[in-house]
Amino acid sequence: MPDPTPRIQAQPAGEGGRLLVLGQWTAAQFARPRLLRSLTRAVPPGRGWDLRGADQLDHVAAQWLWDRWGRRWPEDLEALPTQRAVLERVARFTVARPVRRRRGWLDAWLGLGAGVLRTGNHVRTFTQLVGELVLNLLRLAAAPHAGPWRDFSGHLYRIGALALPITALVGFLIGVVLAYLTSQQLRQFGADAYIVNILGIAVIRELGPMLAAILIAGRSGSAITAQIGVMRVTDELDAMSVMGISHAFRLVMPRAMALAVAMPLISVWTTVWALGGGMLAADVSLGITPAFFMRALPEAVQIGNLALATAKSVVFGILIALVGCHYGLRVKPDTQSLGEGTTASVVASITVVILVDALFAVLFKGVGI
Amino acid sequence: MDAGATLSSEPPVVDIRGLWSVFTTPEKRFVVHENLDLAVRSGEVLSIVGGSGSGKTVLLRQMLGLETPARGDIRVLGQPVSQLGRRGAASRIGMLFQHGALFSAFSVLENIAFPLRELKTLPPGLVRDAAMVKLQMVGLKPEDGDKMPADLSGGMIKRAALARALVMDPPLLLLDEPTAGLDPESSEGFVTLLRSLHRDLALTVVMVTHDLDTLFELSTRIAVLADRRVIVSGPAREVIAFQHPFIHDFFLGERGQRAMELLREYPFAV
Repeated sequence: MPDPTPRIQAQPAGEGGRLLVLGQWTAAQFARPRLLRSLTRAVPPGRGWDLRGADQLDHVAAQWLWDRWGRRWPEDLEALPTQRAVLERVARFTVARPVRRRRGWLDAWLGLGAGVLRTGNHVRTFTQLVGELVLNLLRLAAAPHAGPWRDFSGHLYRIGALALPITALVGFLIGVVLAYLTSQQLRQFGADAYIVNILGIAVIRELGPMLAAILIAGRSGSAITAQIGVMRVTDELDAMSVMGISHAFRLVMPRAMALAVAMPLISVWTTVWALGGGMLAADVSLGITPAFFMRALPEAVQIGNLALATAKSVVFGILIALVGCHYGLRVKPDTQSLGEGTTASVVASITVVILVDALFAVLFKGVGI
Repeated sequence: MDAGATLSSEPPVVDIRGLWSVFTTPEKRFVVHENLDLAVRSGEVLSIVGGSGSGKTVLLRQMLGLETPARGDIRVLGQPVSQLGRRGAASRIGMLFQHGALFSAFSVLENIAFPLRELKTLPPGLVRDAAMVKLQMVGLKPEDGDKMPADLSGGMIKRAALARALVMDPPLLLLDEPTAGLDPESSEGFVTLLRSLHRDLALTVVMVTHDLDTLFELSTRIAVLADRRVIVSGPAREVIAFQHPFIHDFFLGERGQRAMELLREYPFAV
């Protein structure tokens, strides 16, 4: 079998002094490392060419030769009719490469403007989404039988019930770690019994709702964006609009309602598991019995904290749903945009949860402490 | 030169022997192909027709190695199909999927250049130029190269996908419903394009189609899939003359009669 490697050989001057093109001139052969460099070196200028010895000549290889010839026909060229046909197609269709424009100050300025407008647009559409949710809730209150209840219960199950194992596990482990680390410090001061206060306030007021919200934002916020985004990619959203069914009523509202209900329940569930973990760790490391822990907890933590945590969770739930839907509805019909939207949705919903939590901390600093 | 002698002495481009395709669901077992034989010779345009569910697309996917048959042997370009998935597969076999399957995150030109760029050895300028040549060979304009797949019409998607399938000049091209979803005008334009590419690039083409116009205008041979095997394969006239209920319904129904007139207009097909 002849050597398939593309190569160029110089013919002795007596036989015409042309450059002989030999081997299989195909893109697959060009994939060999360093081949192109060695070919480029092998071309002395101003000689004739003989392609007839090549086994194959495909368009990529012809393109390379054409570039090598300075994009015009060499004066002395011997080629088979099929090779000539390939070269002619390449010659006909080669266009000048575009000149890359340098990015200047104007582009940076315009880029900044586009960024500001994009942010403004985000704010505007999100506000619109909130407004539509309120209007749709009023519409639902006027005609409760026409609501998307099946959707609501489906989302409640997927977002709420299916999240129970993971939130329990994370809550329990965080409780154990927190109690263990705190107990090390408290023992130095002999303030062992205060572990109930620290754990109670921290977990019930802050950590329980926050942990649950962050887990749900990662788990369900991304799912909401992906679901709605794929509906955009497959034209399902348009199909829905054509039937006169509003996205806000049929897609956004059931999810927001389901999260508003599921979030406080999951928050309580996570809190209970975190307290359980803390109780266990306190028993092991400080010898504080669960019985004492249970007795001391109501005295250490005012009931106001529980109300605050629940209220916070409802707000977190609605925000996660709205942020998920917001990014889902903005997805453009391509895979890149879908991926970006899902990522942005998770980052934004976690950020929003933390910001709103800080807001609650400032606004209700007089409650429960 | 005797064309018949060269055809028979050359090994077939696609050689399927004793193929069994079986799909199992928990309740049932479907046999789609039963001891099916099919050979595609170099340079021909073979159309596979058959009722829905007769396993035409499955056959195409098996030729590509995307699905493994239950039993039987498929050789493409003299190699077992299991070897095709390796590096440089794009230089052996090109596939035009029914909906184009363009990468939606890339521009048209980037889509076409993708197999070349993945070789990692070609300079970017050369890759761009080579993709540009293919872009124009399928009848798109240079400025279409910067468009995104989402902004293209159905006909343009097919053309861009065809350019991508052909970017490494594979000798074998598979087409799944090449004209489905196109309006008659762009469908006809696409068929003309396929015919000229088949001639210019010396391609071997295997296609699955329901469209009788496309079938008669393009194919040099038609293979009919029914009763889980190829019941007949040959030029259009031979196939139509074959006695089988499916062939009668498919070609001689009202829809068939209209397309048959094409057969007289395009003697190329027969």
